[in-house]
Amino acid sequence: MADHTDNNVKTPVLDVQELGIDFGGLTAVNDLNMQVYDGEIVGLIGPNGAGKTTVFNLLTKVYKPSRGRIIFDGKDTAGKSVVDINKAGIARTFQNIRLFGNLSVLDNVKTGFHNVTPYSPITAILRLPKYFTSEREIDEKARDLLKIMELDKFADYTASNLPYGAQRRLEIARALATNPKLLLLDEPAAGMNPQETSELMDMIRFVRDHFKIAILLIEHDMKLVMGICERITVLNYGMMLAQGTPEEIQSNPEVIKAYLGD
Amino acid sequence: MQFLSYLINGLGLGSVYAIIALGYTMVYGIAKMLNFAHGDVIMVGSYIAFFALTKFGLPFPLAVLTAILVCTVLGVVIERLAYKPLRQAPSLAVLITAIGVSYFLQNGAQILWSSSSKVFPSVISAGSISIGAASVSYLTLLTIATCIVVMICLTLFINKTKTGSAMRACSEDKGASMLMGINVNQIISITFAIGSGLAAIASVLLASTYPSVYPTMGSMPGIKAFTAAVFGGIGSVPGAFVGGLILGIIEIFAKAYISTQLSDAIVFGVLIVILLIKPTGLLGKKINVKV
Repeated sequence: MADHTDNNVKTPVLDVQELGIDFGGLTAVNDLNMQVYDGEIVGLIGPNGAGKTTVFNLLTKVYKPSRGRIIFDGKDTAGKSVVDINKAGIARTFQNIRLFGNLSVLDNVKTGFHNVTPYSPITAILRLPKYFTSEREIDEKARDLLKIMELDKFADYTASNLPYGAQRRLEIARALATNPKLLLLDEPAAGMNPQETSELMDMIRFVRDHFKIAILLIEHDMKLVMGICERITVLNYGMMLAQGTPEEIQSNPEVIKAYLGD
Repeated sequence: MQFLSYLINGLGLGSVYAIIALGYTMVYGIAKMLNFAHGDVIMVGSYIAFFALTKFGLPFPLAVLTAILVCTVLGVVIERLAYKPLRQAPSLAVLITAIGVSYFLQNGAQILWSSSSKVFPSVISAGSISIGAASVSYLTLLTIATCIVVMICLTLFINKTKTGSAMRACSEDKGASMLMGINVNQIISITFAIGSGLAAIASVLLASTYPSVYPTMGSMPGIKAFTAAVFGGIGSVPGAFVGGLILGIIEIFAKAYISTQLSDAIVFGVLIVILLIKPTGLLGKKINVKV
């Protein structure tokens, strides 16, 4: 883009500019500016109804923005479809878990590999060698991901039979299978106990380092947010309230007011 | 023994229903719509095979292949033109459109090929072999064998390929599938292509068994196969298989032991009873109500 001429500064992998969306007369998100850089873990927090999940839906094109721009990986994402965005490298998990419940744990991860699997349906019908080699390859890759998320012992379980915390980890594994540059986690620790949450924190850090990706996460568990995020954006009523390091956010009077009231 | 030969004939008829029912059940499972034009795709398949055999003198396998090709394209085109624009529309609108497409195909066939029925040439040798005391025609055996092969291939395709997993993913949650990078429109097209290709196979078997080809020939087998799909649990592939076979056996037994005129009434009566006892069909998924 023309206004990104300062080459000495690192360009962000995600650059949100004056983003806004209205639902009828209701402005859910307005004038949001936010950047995420390579290899960063950024938190998106705010009281209930602040518009956090709406931001995720805007980033993944589930909603079309009413205003503003989303630059991903140096390209404007205007006019792209949900599938294009995933192919471009944004993957996500869901606040209300949306696994493919009747598929096995392994198959859930394999669906994530859909676009990186090189063979066509015709190859599969004719059972050409390419089908077998690439299926074996995906199988291996999927099992590796399950191992990273400590789900390997559940590989053949039906996804809906997994314990809650494991389902959340499976969503992350499935999202990682799509080979993202930016991973969006929507309340990854919701419903987890403190032990599970602290394991999840290690996993998120490991994922960032291992896959060299940026992570943007929504979370209400402040221990997790303050523990792993390098920068935090606070939303309130769809507007950005504050932005900064965990220390800055914790001592920001505006943020304290939004969370605790006057 | 009469019983054995009725049973095998029932399996033969049931195999045709099963192959057609697969089309209904797959489309319902993925696009969540009832494609009532499916039966008429069978009719088109029969005409294509008929002309390929008589007018162009193609050998039988080539005629079948032509019918499969034409029906596959027809299925995809119908989906693109008639159903895709209604992706966000209420399901009733899609249902009415499907009925409209059905009449369109029937009347189109009448204009193109007239309403008088044509006699499908008998290409499969009329011989028969005896199994125990029953004599079974080659055609019946071929039909049952085709159904088994189709079923095995389809199960492998759905469970062992990436397109298959994508289809299963789409049938559960289209939104999440899209966010995982699965092109849902493409998957729906593939589903229609497979369903219509199977309809073409069924059309040749059907036209060989009852050798008359006419514009409304698809409606009755279509309705019965739809019944079979509901009977087995709509959306379930093994359900369509089991439902089709059972329906065929019931129909032949009803014809043989009770009454030829009442056989259809008995078939649909059994459906009503089954649905009263098990509303989701024999192998249908239990519908979980979230609290």
